[in-house]
Amino acid sequence: MSIEVRNVSKRFGSFTALDDVSLEVEGGSLTALLGPSGSGKSTLLRIIAGLEEPDSGDVLISGELATALRPQKRNVGFVFQHYAAFKHMTVWDNVAFGLSVRKRPKAEIRDRVDRLLQLVQLEAFGHRYPAQLSGGQRQRMALARALAPEPRVLLLDEPFGALDARVRAELREWLRHLHEEVHVTTIFVTHDQEEAMDVADQIVVLNAGRVEQAGAPASLYDEPRTEFVMRFVGEVNRIGGSFVRPHDLDIGHEPLDGAVEAMIDRISRLGFETRVELSGADGEPIIVQITRDQLEELELERGQIVWVTPARERVFAAS
Amino acid sequence: MAKRSLRSVALGYLVVILVGPLGIVFWRTFQHGLAPAWNALSAHDTIHAFELTLIISAIAVPINTVFGIVCALAIVRREFPAKGLLNAFIDLPLALSPVVVGLALFLLYGRQGWLGPWLTAHGIRVLFAVPAIVIATIFVSLPFVAREVVPTLREIGDEQEQAARTLGAGGWQTFWRITLPSIRWAVTYGVILTTARSLGEYGAVAVVSGRIQGVTETATLRVQQRYESFDLAGAYAISIVLALLAVGVLLAMTLIRPQEETA
Repeated sequence: MSIEVRNVSKRFGSFTALDDVSLEVEGGSLTALLGPSGSGKSTLLRIIAGLEEPDSGDVLISGELATALRPQKRNVGFVFQHYAAFKHMTVWDNVAFGLSVRKRPKAEIRDRVDRLLQLVQLEAFGHRYPAQLSGGQRQRMALARALAPEPRVLLLDEPFGALDARVRAELREWLRHLHEEVHVTTIFVTHDQEEAMDVADQIVVLNAGRVEQAGAPASLYDEPRTEFVMRFVGEVNRIGGSFVRPHDLDIGHEPLDGAVEAMIDRISRLGFETRVELSGADGEPIIVQITRDQLEELELERGQIVWVTPARERVFAAS
Repeated sequence: MAKRSLRSVALGYLVVILVGPLGIVFWRTFQHGLAPAWNALSAHDTIHAFELTLIISAIAVPINTVFGIVCALAIVRREFPAKGLLNAFIDLPLALSPVVVGLALFLLYGRQGWLGPWLTAHGIRVLFAVPAIVIATIFVSLPFVAREVVPTLREIGDEQEQAARTLGAGGWQTFWRITLPSIRWAVTYGVILTTARSLGEYGAVAVVSGRIQGVTETATLRVQQRYESFDLAGAYAISIVLALLAVGVLLAMTLIRPQEETA
């Protein structure tokens, strides 16, 4: 089921949360809305779910106009950052909620809830209350609950934001598997570029209420259209008027074409990869990523003066 | 040590302020055996007074429960221009002396009042009749449910309600299945306080009821009436039944509260 957002704007008082945002999400895809806090990514997700009304613009779900539909009529699954577990219900009843409000037959509800609890590996926890679960378990319960009524789209608002790093990585992988299995059109909001790169097959970068760029993770990384995107989706050096990724810089002892002089401040070995921190002629920091083999070949040391040459650089029109 | 002395202070205070006076009431009631107490309680006017008090509470408590929940939802979940005003008005009965409330009703419904002549012309009797007592009781017991529910609603937030909406629940389903169960203990405490206040209200009811024995005399008014007639055993006996009613309400509410919530 595809999702289309057309020229949506939303203000909260004097704050512009979304400014004429349009985007298209293909049916069956896994899309990340990526941006810093205050970029409008959560507001956009809530507008798609119907939890927030846009001031102008439209939302289409599988080609049908949904802007005027109440959230309960949109048939979307929504997962909140802080789980929004129904605290007075057992895990089983939480997952069954979407089916029982639709007055589905008891036997059907039982089958579907049991199957979903199995899918999220909570089959042994059906009789517990949410307060008796860990954060990761609660979020898996929330996912099963959102999936129960077979939604047309699944929307996740910073779903792993409240979890610790290890559980987050686990759930991230797990979400990707789940998506392969269930194949429901999924949009998730995150401020973590690594998470977006890792999980999504399409990323929409938002900044100050506008779409900066949308595309596949690799194209965003390799061909950022704006300085903001280049900075946001990975580490970046500014050398003169252009921007270079740390792994697109070569270090040498000879001044090649386009090289700048820099002094090595620090060398950190991170396994196979080595980070070299330098300062340029004007004192600007430069970070270069090289392999351990290169490091040994060049015999780099702290305090050395070397030449840094961009292999691939980008220049953006001043905005 | 500090813990023990703190506990002694708390217990001592309770004994002096609460248990002592109540104990004396008990003792005085049965000082001369059961007969005087029984006589006072089985008198026709006393039974009527209790019936009236229970009927009034049975009307006032449900009305104020519904109103309190609606008000709390409006205050916490909605934005509207007169919100601050509503919030302040709910507390008004707590700030006003019940006697003032009674007088205000008198001025409104009395023969010279704003509504009095119209009501008289239509043959509706409010003052010195049950309607006035009901109105006075509703007025003084109005804030309790709302005041208990508002902080709980704020604390639970609206994410659960939003989740219910995205799962396909309509407004009513969300209220009955998510909101109400989440605030049920706040509502329960509000109902206990409202009931206690309705059973025990004296000042406002005294002004508007006319204190007609066997007609508009409530249990609290009956206590005063017995006391003034030098029937101390009777006054004490009625007081004790009132106190037992209140304790009974408290106990019932405590007992129905399941274990799962206390953890």
